[in-house]
Amino acid sequence: MNSLKRGGLWTPSMMGGLLLGLCLLILAVVAPVMLSTPASELTGQAGQDPSADHLLGTDNLGRDNLARALVATRLTLLMTAGATILAVVGGMVVGVGIWLSSPRVRKIALRFLETAVAYPSLIFALVIAAILRPGVVSSVVAIGIAGIPSFARLTANLAAKISTSEYVTTARLLGVRPSAIAARHILPNMAEPLLILATTVFALSLVELSALSFIGLGVQSPSYDFGLLLNESLTQIYTQPTSVVGPSVMIVLTGLAAMLLGDALAARANPRASRRAVRRPFTPAVAEIPDRDTALVRVENLRVSVPGGADLVRGVSLTIEPGEVVALVGESGSGKSLTSMSVAGLQAEELEVQADVLRVDDMNMLGQPDRSRLGREISVIYQDPGSTFNPSLRMGVQLTEVLRTHLGMGRRRARKLITEALAQVNISEPAHRLRQHPHKLSGGMRQRGMIATTLVTTPKLIVADEPTTALDVTVQHEVLRQFRRIHRTQGTAMLFVSHDLGVVEALCDRILVMKEGEIVEHLTPAQLKSHDVRHPYTKALMEAVPVVDVSPRVTAPQESL
Amino acid sequence: MSASIVHQESQPVAAPPTTGLRERPWLRFSLRRLGGLVLSFVLLVGVTFVIVPLIPGDPAIAAAGQEASGAQIEYIREELGLDQPLYGQFLDYVGGLFTLDLGTSFTSGEDVASVILARLPFTAELAVLAISLVLIISVPVGMLVAYLTHGGRRPWLDHLFNFVTSLVYSVPQYVMATLLVVVFAVGLGLFPAAGAENLSSLVLPTLALMLLPTCVVSRVVRRETAVVLDQDYIRTARGWRIGQVRLFGRYVLPNVITTTLTLSGLILAAQLGGAIVIETVFAWPGLGQGIVDAILSRDYPVIRGTILILGLMATVIIILVDVILAIIDPRTMEAEA
Repeated sequence: MNSLKRGGLWTPSMMGGLLLGLCLLILAVVAPVMLSTPASELTGQAGQDPSADHLLGTDNLGRDNLARALVATRLTLLMTAGATILAVVGGMVVGVGIWLSSPRVRKIALRFLETAVAYPSLIFALVIAAILRPGVVSSVVAIGIAGIPSFARLTANLAAKISTSEYVTTARLLGVRPSAIAARHILPNMAEPLLILATTVFALSLVELSALSFIGLGVQSPSYDFGLLLNESLTQIYTQPTSVVGPSVMIVLTGLAAMLLGDALAARANPRASRRAVRRPFTPAVAEIPDRDTALVRVENLRVSVPGGADLVRGVSLTIEPGEVVALVGESGSGKSLTSMSVAGLQAEELEVQADVLRVDDMNMLGQPDRSRLGREISVIYQDPGSTFNPSLRMGVQLTEVLRTHLGMGRRRARKLITEALAQVNISEPAHRLRQHPHKLSGGMRQRGMIATTLVTTPKLIVADEPTTALDVTVQHEVLRQFRRIHRTQGTAMLFVSHDLGVVEALCDRILVMKEGEIVEHLTPAQLKSHDVRHPYTKALMEAVPVVDVSPRVTAPQESL
Repeated sequence: MSASIVHQESQPVAAPPTTGLRERPWLRFSLRRLGGLVLSFVLLVGVTFVIVPLIPGDPAIAAAGQEASGAQIEYIREELGLDQPLYGQFLDYVGGLFTLDLGTSFTSGEDVASVILARLPFTAELAVLAISLVLIISVPVGMLVAYLTHGGRRPWLDHLFNFVTSLVYSVPQYVMATLLVVVFAVGLGLFPAAGAENLSSLVLPTLALMLLPTCVVSRVVRRETAVVLDQDYIRTARGWRIGQVRLFGRYVLPNVITTTLTLSGLILAAQLGGAIVIETVFAWPGLGQGIVDAILSRDYPVIRGTILILGLMATVIIILVDVILAIIDPRTMEAEA
């Protein structure tokens, strides 16, 4: 599972692209030599339908359509290669020039390039076609120059990025000569992305060169490339519809070869951590709600696993009485978040959740409980690394969501209640906050906003997953105070997940320590306070808690589901 | 804002010292866009101007053609202002632009502005229709495919979607146009192969123009939706147990649209280039066909005017995308400040 591992070289698209490219190359060399007679000789057999002699029929001058399409490969490939080389060399020269120039010039030049890149390159090509007479050279020049801006921009950006990278800075500090830096670090690191773009430029040049010929501004008869052949076939489309096939197929195949190679190179340079396709097995609703126990939450033998893979939670059992605050502590990857999300019925789609019993109140969380009831009775508060609220929606919409969707309130009434609730959790200018977007609020404000919603919806259970982790120490205290307040005033039961023993000690009635998907120790706050712990893992956790507040805080890496 | 000392919370956005523009992101945004428009216009004027001086040899002879009489050449020389020095030509050209005097067409003798005005609606109709259809189709399709395949489900749909979109993507628009003509006009006789007489003649050009960008954009939408579905705020919204329709409509769509528009703004502007070629296939009397004819007949005033107008249209599309983005997601605007 090494995500940095580079993709293999001999992928199917690389093989396909190379094979196709090779065939086209051979065709470009051989076809004009072998097929020049049927492709150019005027015969009396004009406008014939496909036959054994002429697989794609003949054109209106009696020339074999297939032969012409194959012969055109050479000119098309030569022109495309020429335009690509022009774009690549020109783009690199311009790009390096921009990178070498003063910051002021660089900024202006980049702005110009941005503007130029945004324009359809065919318009540039038309400008050049208007200056020069239509023909092979002018269309190569036109398409080549039109491709320069995008290449120049990539070169300049890459050079800038690499020259500020750590290894170049280090080399510079070590006194390596600039020319050596360029040769050893900058150019090799630019080669791959430039090569990938070059294949794209090749494919685009092919399409655009053929387009120029197709509209009559490129290759002029009697020379012909794919584009001109397509153009000619369009003029005889009613009499000879099959003449379209040759040039169409050849253009597509040539483009495909370049695309496949480009894709293969890009995939090699930038392999995405390939997500294994997993089918979620049908999970039978096992749980019969057992005898009349008083617990609000009952979990028996909860197992969470990647289908066909590792077990992430291995047989966790826990209960939460009404009004009780239970903490799950442990380090990242201990399965505490997975456990709490399974209790809330929000496990990730690709994970498999099984349990003997998994219920909240009388809702079987392994089945599909009523959505509206879930929304009213279970509130979930997440860690806030700044992304828990939708950045493109105002706070008001999001904070009133449960009220409007599940409690049937109108917009105005929901807003009024939320405004009051926000004031209760000490948020200044609450009405104004509702009109703001999430990024305008601090992390502490957003978390208190979440807590405020529970003041109105009065859920039976709050599942809080590391709600204070991403916050400053002072803000943490304020948020914790609000949790305590909710608990005190409404008697809400909570499942509180944290890696911070100090935080849970102050808030929780019981503490469950998790390690590697299992609960290893049950503690009371008093035991925690007096350091009366037995399991070595808990001891290690306790030692990890910074004693002095001024010491640099160790924030656990975000636990991801 | 001044009373905020009372409150303990830290302001996430530190108020910078008063520099005017920074406090008014909208103003800054508008000024920047206006600047972009002016810059593009200046560039376009420069580019269209140099077309004539850059013509190898004598531009007047090139424009008039080899068999032209001396009088014709003289007329063209005067019309293009070639009897003046370069700066005089430039001043003439720019001065003409400000009075909307783009010169006279060499071939038809008509005013260039009216030539363009007669063709513009056809190109605009085609481009607007195609762009709208691209967005209307690719956004729901991309989102649906992303939803259905999220978390590695339905691998067959994943493969099918990739296969179909790559297939269409590898067929250039004019090849697609030709094939459409063969199948639907020549073969089935369903739609006219050329012209712009009635609504049915709009069908094939629009299809030819929209198929490729629809595939590109729906791929973008699909990928972006997959990214958005993995975001924390979607998890939060799921925690509120809202229905799928609202989840996708209210929580996923705006974020997908932002990135989609950012990425597809260029694709949409590029459709003008596509339109030029498509118009010649279908003999569509728009700007694309106009410029091709003008280049073939070396009608330089029309060439200059048409390229100017096509460039401005591309600029307007790009700026429009920016403005829509800023309205949907003000952060993109504030990020510039």
